[in-house]
Amino acid sequence: MVVPYPVHSEPERPLMATQHSRAAARLMISPAVLLLLGWMLIPLCMTLYFSFLRYNLLMPGMEEFTGWMNYRFFLTDPAFMDALVNTLLLVGGVLLITTVGGTLLALLLDQPFWGQGIVRIMVIAPFFVMPTVSALVWKNMFMNPVNGLFGHLFQSLGLQPYDFLSQAPLASIIFIVSWQWLPFATLILLTAFQSLDQEQLEAAEMDGAPALARFWYIMLPHLARAITVVVLIQTIFLLSIFAEILVTTGGGPGTASTNLTYLIYMQSLLQFDVGMGSAGGVVAIILANIVAIFLMRMIGKNLDA
Amino acid sequence: MARAVTNRRKAIVTVAAWLIAIAIFFPIFWIVVLSFKTEGNAIKDPLEVLTSAWTFDSYATVQERSNYFRHFWNSVILSVGSTVLGLIIAVPAAWAMAFVPGKRTKDVLMWMLSTKMLPPVGVLVPIYLIFRDLGLLDSRIGLVIVLTLINLPIIVWMLYTYFREIPGEILEAARMDGATLRDEIIHVLTPMAVPGIASTLLLNIILAWNEAFWTLNLTAAKAAPLTAFIASYSSPEGLFYAKLSAASTMAIAPILIMGWFSQKQLVRGLTFGAVK
Amino acid sequence: MGRIQLEKVTKSFGEVNVIPPLDLEINDGEFVVFVGPSGCGKSTLLRLIAGLEDVTSGKIEIDGTNATELAPAQRGLAMVFQSYALYPHMSVRKNIAFPMKMAKVPQDEQKRRIDAAAKALNLTDYLDRRPGQLSGGQRQRVAIGRAIVREPQAFLFDEPLSNLDAALRVGMRLEIMELHERLATTMIYVTHDQVEAMTMADKIVVLRAGHIEQVGSPLELYHNPRNEFVAGFIGSPKMNLLKGDTARQHGAATVGVRPEHIAVSTTEGLWQGKVNVAEHLGSDTFLHVNDHGLGSEPLTVRVDGELPVKHGDTIFMTPDTSKMHRFDDEGLRL
Repeated sequence: MVVPYPVHSEPERPLMATQHSRAAARLMISPAVLLLLGWMLIPLCMTLYFSFLRYNLLMPGMEEFTGWMNYRFFLTDPAFMDALVNTLLLVGGVLLITTVGGTLLALLLDQPFWGQGIVRIMVIAPFFVMPTVSALVWKNMFMNPVNGLFGHLFQSLGLQPYDFLSQAPLASIIFIVSWQWLPFATLILLTAFQSLDQEQLEAAEMDGAPALARFWYIMLPHLARAITVVVLIQTIFLLSIFAEILVTTGGGPGTASTNLTYLIYMQSLLQFDVGMGSAGGVVAIILANIVAIFLMRMIGKNLDA
Repeated sequence: MARAVTNRRKAIVTVAAWLIAIAIFFPIFWIVVLSFKTEGNAIKDPLEVLTSAWTFDSYATVQERSNYFRHFWNSVILSVGSTVLGLIIAVPAAWAMAFVPGKRTKDVLMWMLSTKMLPPVGVLVPIYLIFRDLGLLDSRIGLVIVLTLINLPIIVWMLYTYFREIPGEILEAARMDGATLRDEIIHVLTPMAVPGIASTLLLNIILAWNEAFWTLNLTAAKAAPLTAFIASYSSPEGLFYAKLSAASTMAIAPILIMGWFSQKQLVRGLTFGAVK
Repeated sequence: MGRIQLEKVTKSFGEVNVIPPLDLEINDGEFVVFVGPSGCGKSTLLRLIAGLEDVTSGKIEIDGTNATELAPAQRGLAMVFQSYALYPHMSVRKNIAFPMKMAKVPQDEQKRRIDAAAKALNLTDYLDRRPGQLSGGQRQRVAIGRAIVREPQAFLFDEPLSNLDAALRVGMRLEIMELHERLATTMIYVTHDQVEAMTMADKIVVLRAGHIEQVGSPLELYHNPRNEFVAGFIGSPKMNLLKGDTARQHGAATVGVRPEHIAVSTTEGLWQGKVNVAEHLGSDTFLHVNDHGLGSEPLTVRVDGELPVKHGDTIFMTPDTSKMHRFDDEGLRL
C-alpha cells in the first residue's frame, strides 16, 4: 500500500553500526513487524478468499466458489454508487469545512487577545468527545425537530420545525463530523502559524506588502505542510466514518446517508452475507489505495520540503 | 519581537474569538447542564431549562439501570491495557529504528503507517469470524488485542520521533561505560524519554477510549466500553435526555481533562512529528 | 598497559571506503592526536578503536590482546564525547558513578573514587547538581571525571573542546595536559584544530581521506613535513606554497616558505609586493601581500609587531632559503 507521508531526511547522527547492535535492532523490531504483518495479511487474504465464495452465515455449509459474482452484484447494486458518492461528499465536505474554517480560526486565534488559554481549551474540546456521544447529542439535543434546541429556536422565530436528519441526512452528518474535526485542524494550523518566523512577516511589511499579500505569499506557503498533514490524517479517519452514521440515521432514509463503510457493515453483519461483504471490503481497500496515491501526487511536493 | 497592538484591535479579536469558542464549546456545556436536570425539565425551552431546579438524579439512574461503571471500567481496561501493551512492543522497535537506522528503516516506518490506511471495514468480516471461532467476541482481551494493533503504528511513530531527539552519543557513552543493551534502555533511554513516552501514552489512551468501529462491532454487553454503551441510547425510550447527558458527561469528562493536559504534545503526536 | 596497535584496519560504509588499510602503533602513556580536515576519517578511526563501529577488516590489539571483536565496554577504554554526552536525568555524582555501577564496583570504593575525581576536577561543590545546571567547562569536567573513575587503559577524546568558547578552550587544554602528566595513561585525542594538536601531542597523526599522511612529534611535522598537505596543514598562518619559476630555481615543482621565515624590509629584498591587509596582533603582524609576481595567491609574512606598515605600502621580502621546503610534482618532499 502506498502511503503519502513525510519521513525525515537521512539521519545526521552517526550510525551505530556494529554487528552486535544491528542484530539487537533486528530482534527488537521484529515483534512489532510480525504482529502488524499478521494483522494486515491474514485478514486481508481471508477477505480476498471469501470475496470469491457464496458464503452466508445464515446458510452454513453451503459455501461454494462463485468467481466474480459477488463483485458483480456489489458493484452493480445501485446502493454501491450511492455509497460511493456519499463517501466522497462526506470526506470532501468535512475536509473543505475543517481546513478553510480551521485556517481562518487559527489566523484569528494567533492574534493577541484576552483569555487565549481558556479559548484554546474550549475550541479543542470537541476533538476529545467520543463519536457516539457527539452524534447522539447533536441528533437529540439539537437536531430533534420537537425537543432539540434548533427546534426551539425555529419555533420562537415562528418557523416550521425542520427535521435535519431525515430531510438533509448527509449534510447533517457532515456538520456533526466537521464539529468533531474542526478543532484538530485548528490546533495543528495554529501551531504552524506560531512557528512562522515573525521577522519574515516584518521584512515583507517593510517591503510594502499589504496584509492580504502577506497572508497569500508568506503565511499560506508556510502552512502548506501543515495543511497537507491535516488533509492526510483526516482522510484516513473520515473514510472509515461509522459510529456517527450508526447512531444517527442508520444510513437512511434509504441510502441517503450510507457510506461505503456502513454499506459493507450492513451487508456483512446485518444480512450475514460474508461473500458480498468481503467483495465490498476488497473494493474499499482498492479505493483507499487510489485515494492514497491521488493524495500523494497532489501534495507530494509539499512533503519533501 | 513583541509588537504594540492597539487595545481596540485586541478587543475586537477578543470578542470574535470568544464568540466562536463559545459556539464550538456550547454542545458540551449543554449536555453538562442537561445532566443536572430532571427528564421533564430537560426538554423544555432553553431558558426554562437554565432556570429550572438542579438535581443529581440522572447520574444515579444511569448507574442503577445499566450498571454504568462496568462499561466505564471496560473503557479504562481497554484503553490503558492496549496502550501499555502497545508501548511494551513499540519501545524496543522505536529504539532500533531511531538509533540503529538501516537502509530499510524508512520503508518499515512507511509500511507501518500504511496499515493505518487499511480501511477497517475491509477486514471486518474475517476479524469477526476469527473472533467468533476463538470465542473472543465480546471479550475484553480480544478488544485489547485489536486496539493495540490498530494503534501500534502511531505509538511506534510517536516514540520514534521522540527518540530521534535524544543524542545518540549519550547512548554510546553508556555503552562505553559498560552498560548492556538492557541497562542502556532501562537506565538511560527510558528516563530521558519520559516526557515523550508520557504524551504517547496519553494520546493513545484518548484514541483508544474514543475508538468506535471495532468496539461497536465486536462487543455486545459484557465487554462493551462507553462508546458502545452510549450507542445503546440511539433507540430512544421515552424521556431520556437527562440520562443520556449524564452518561455522556461521565464518558467524556476523563478524556477531556486528559486531553487538555496533553494539548501541547497532541499536535506533535497526531502529526507524527511533522508539525511541532 | 595502554598499548594500542592497528593492523591493516579498514572501514567501509556500504560502497564507500572511509579508511583504506591502515597501520598505527600507539605506545603506552603516549598523548596521540589525530588531526585532519573534517571528513578525513579521524573520528571514525577513534570510534573503531572504541568499538562503537566494527572494522570492515583488519585487527585492533589493545595491550597485546586482540580486541577486534570485543564490545566497547570490554576494551577498557574511556571516551569523552564532543557533546559531553552526560546523562541529563542523573546528578553529577550519579553520572560519574554510572560506569562503576555498571561494573559493580563496591559502594565505598565508588565513593572514594568519586571524591578523588571531584577534588581533582574542582567539582566537589557541584556533585548534587544536574548537568543542565552546569556551565560548558564544568560539563566537560564531569565527562572527564566519568572517564577517570573507570581507571581505563586509555582515554579517547573526540573533539572535546570544540563546544567551548576560546578562553575556556585554552584553560581546558592545559587541564587535560596536566591530567596526562599526572595519570601517565595513554590518550588519543581527535581534533581538527592544528593548534591543539601542536600544543598537546607527544605524537601527531595527520589524516587525509582516511590515509595517514604523516606520524611524528609536533616539531618533526613542523620542520620536516613529508608532503605538501602536511606542510600546508601544520603551522599557523599557513605555509606559502609557490610554483613556477621560483620553484624551478630551487629544482622543485613547488617550494614552501613559512610566513615566519621571510625577512621583510622597506628598502630592499628579493621579492617586491604591495600590502593588501595588515593583521596587527600586537606582538606580531601578519601581512597579506599582493602584486608580488610569484603567482596569484597572496603571500603571507610575519613581521615584528612594531613595524609600521599599512594597506598599500610597498615592501621587500627575502625568504630564508635554508628553511625552504621543496616538493616534487607529486607533492612529496625532496
